[in-house]
Amino acid sequence: MIPLIELKDVYKIYQMGDNTVYATKGVSLKIFKGEFVAIVGQSGSGKSTLMNIIGCLDVPTKGKYFLNGSDVSALKDDKQADIRNKKLGFIFQQYNLISKLNVLENVELSLLYGGYSSIDRVNLAKAAIARVGLSDKMKNLPSQLSGGQQQRVSIARALANNPSIILADEPTGALDSQTGIRVLNFLQKLNNEGNTIVLITHDNNIAMKAKRIIKIKDGEIIYDGVPENAFEE
Amino acid sequence: MGFTQAFKLALKSILSSKMRSLLTMLGIIIGVGSVIILISLMNGVTNEVVSAFESMGTNVLNVSIVGRNSSRKINVNDMYELYTNNMDVFMAMSPTLNVSGTIKYGTTTYTSTSLNGVSEDYAKMNQLEMQKGRFLAYSDLNDYHKVAVVGTYFDQEVFNNNSIGKYIKINGYQYEIVGVIEEQDDSAEGSTDDCIYIPYTTAAKVSYSKVSSFTFATINPEYNEYGTYLIENSLYEVLQNENYYSVSDRATLIETATEMTSMLTMVLVGIASISLLVGGIGIMNIMLVSVTERIREIGIRKSLGAKRRDIMSQFLIEAGTTSALGGIIGIVFGIFVSEILGNIVGINASPTFPSIMISFSISVFIGILFGFLPANKAAKLNPIDALRYD
Repeated sequence: MIPLIELKDVYKIYQMGDNTVYATKGVSLKIFKGEFVAIVGQSGSGKSTLMNIIGCLDVPTKGKYFLNGSDVSALKDDKQADIRNKKLGFIFQQYNLISKLNVLENVELSLLYGGYSSIDRVNLAKAAIARVGLSDKMKNLPSQLSGGQQQRVSIARALANNPSIILADEPTGALDSQTGIRVLNFLQKLNNEGNTIVLITHDNNIAMKAKRIIKIKDGEIIYDGVPENAFEE
Repeated sequence: MGFTQAFKLALKSILSSKMRSLLTMLGIIIGVGSVIILISLMNGVTNEVVSAFESMGTNVLNVSIVGRNSSRKINVNDMYELYTNNMDVFMAMSPTLNVSGTIKYGTTTYTSTSLNGVSEDYAKMNQLEMQKGRFLAYSDLNDYHKVAVVGTYFDQEVFNNNSIGKYIKINGYQYEIVGVIEEQDDSAEGSTDDCIYIPYTTAAKVSYSKVSSFTFATINPEYNEYGTYLIENSLYEVLQNENYYSVSDRATLIETATEMTSMLTMVLVGIASISLLVGGIGIMNIMLVSVTERIREIGIRKSLGAKRRDIMSQFLIEAGTTSALGGIIGIVFGIFVSEILGNIVGINASPTFPSIMISFSISVFIGILFGFLPANKAAKLNPIDALRYD
């Protein structure tokens, strides 16, 4: 079985003046379809770099990244954009909705860049909004919604073009704990429906909601396995 | 992303900050407006000049003899002969003699009047209609009658609409007024209506001068060129020097005048276009600000799969739409102002359709040209940095 995501000895090296910074030092991992993986680490551990590489927002300095079997380690800007558009759905900490656009238009965005016809766009976007239970808020602007609702809109946007992987970067970071739990439950539900989810967080409790935990420290994987044993020191 | 979608987005963005958009467009509005105004006014002036020439007849050739020596002379009979030998080309001919002299009625002297000695055919050639009385007749010329035909200035202003039969004093001789030419201008002093025509024979006799210019009329403006050739040929035969005479036809004059006004228009429009350039820079400035304000939005769009060309076209279309809107406002403003100015000056100043289309296209082009730098800046943003930007 081909893994959905396969990183082989991935390095990301930055040159900061005279210093050479290794953001990741030879990370190798495989994530299969239907998994719910949490990548956990303190800030500066390299988890954001890892998520940028997995999210095709960045390319590794060294090493290979196979997405669904094809090498995406050295793609040009526009090719990366295409992969992001077709294969990946992003959920961000700050929701990252466009404030001038209403809920429907925000959810339509990735479909717009995917080249769907306007009828398909509206239908797919409406279906995604219905899945997060915001059908009655379609014409609202993001500023007219609560934080939890905004995050649900961003989940709908990530779901709209039916991506292979949903990447959630600190999705509960800006929410109160109650709302945060609801968002996490929703992610679990999506996973139960067969979606592959990669969750990036610094919070161990949140990571516990995943089925598999990958701990990162100083650019290296220090734990990869079930949540139960992840945080025993 | 489709064009209509991008266009709607651009309109939305322009409408969301009306004041800023209006100020951004101001340069384009003023630029396009002044181009339209200048083109309209110059258009009106050109038409005015052309129709003034045309009303004098485009089939008229003016011949003037500037130099002569004792042995070689052009006399009136030679010219009449040229005319009668070529009746298939020429319709009429008149010697003309510009007379300088004092014109007096009672105790008043008239100095601004143009006084010409002409033949009986002159009125027909120059499409002068009689308001009252008659024009000069063959017998007047033949018998050196002291008769005069006057313009409406004299009839109205000097003789209180009652000039026929009155006498006017030219160089000390009394001339009887036999006719009044219909008003051509506004009957004011110094205008075209301030004129007197007397028989060229009489004029030559009393002023002891020789006829040195002739007016020919061809049967059709198409014969102007051939007529000019005939006249020049016969003049060269006698004078043997092409510097001693000149033949000008009104059609060429109109062409020259049109050429000159259109050249003037180009220069003026060129100057006005500088403000279009300034307007373009204004758009570039605002678009750069707008890119900076929307870095995060660009990051979001890129993370969702927007390619460089998607971001590029979004900003280009926004710049183009801004300047196109400015262009439309400028055109409306320009048409409005030129109508008003045209009314004040008394010419029909309206822009041509091509000039409207060209100004509109130029304004769109300027928006896109000056939007290119900011759009390119936006398109090249790195999505990670753009997403983190606050």
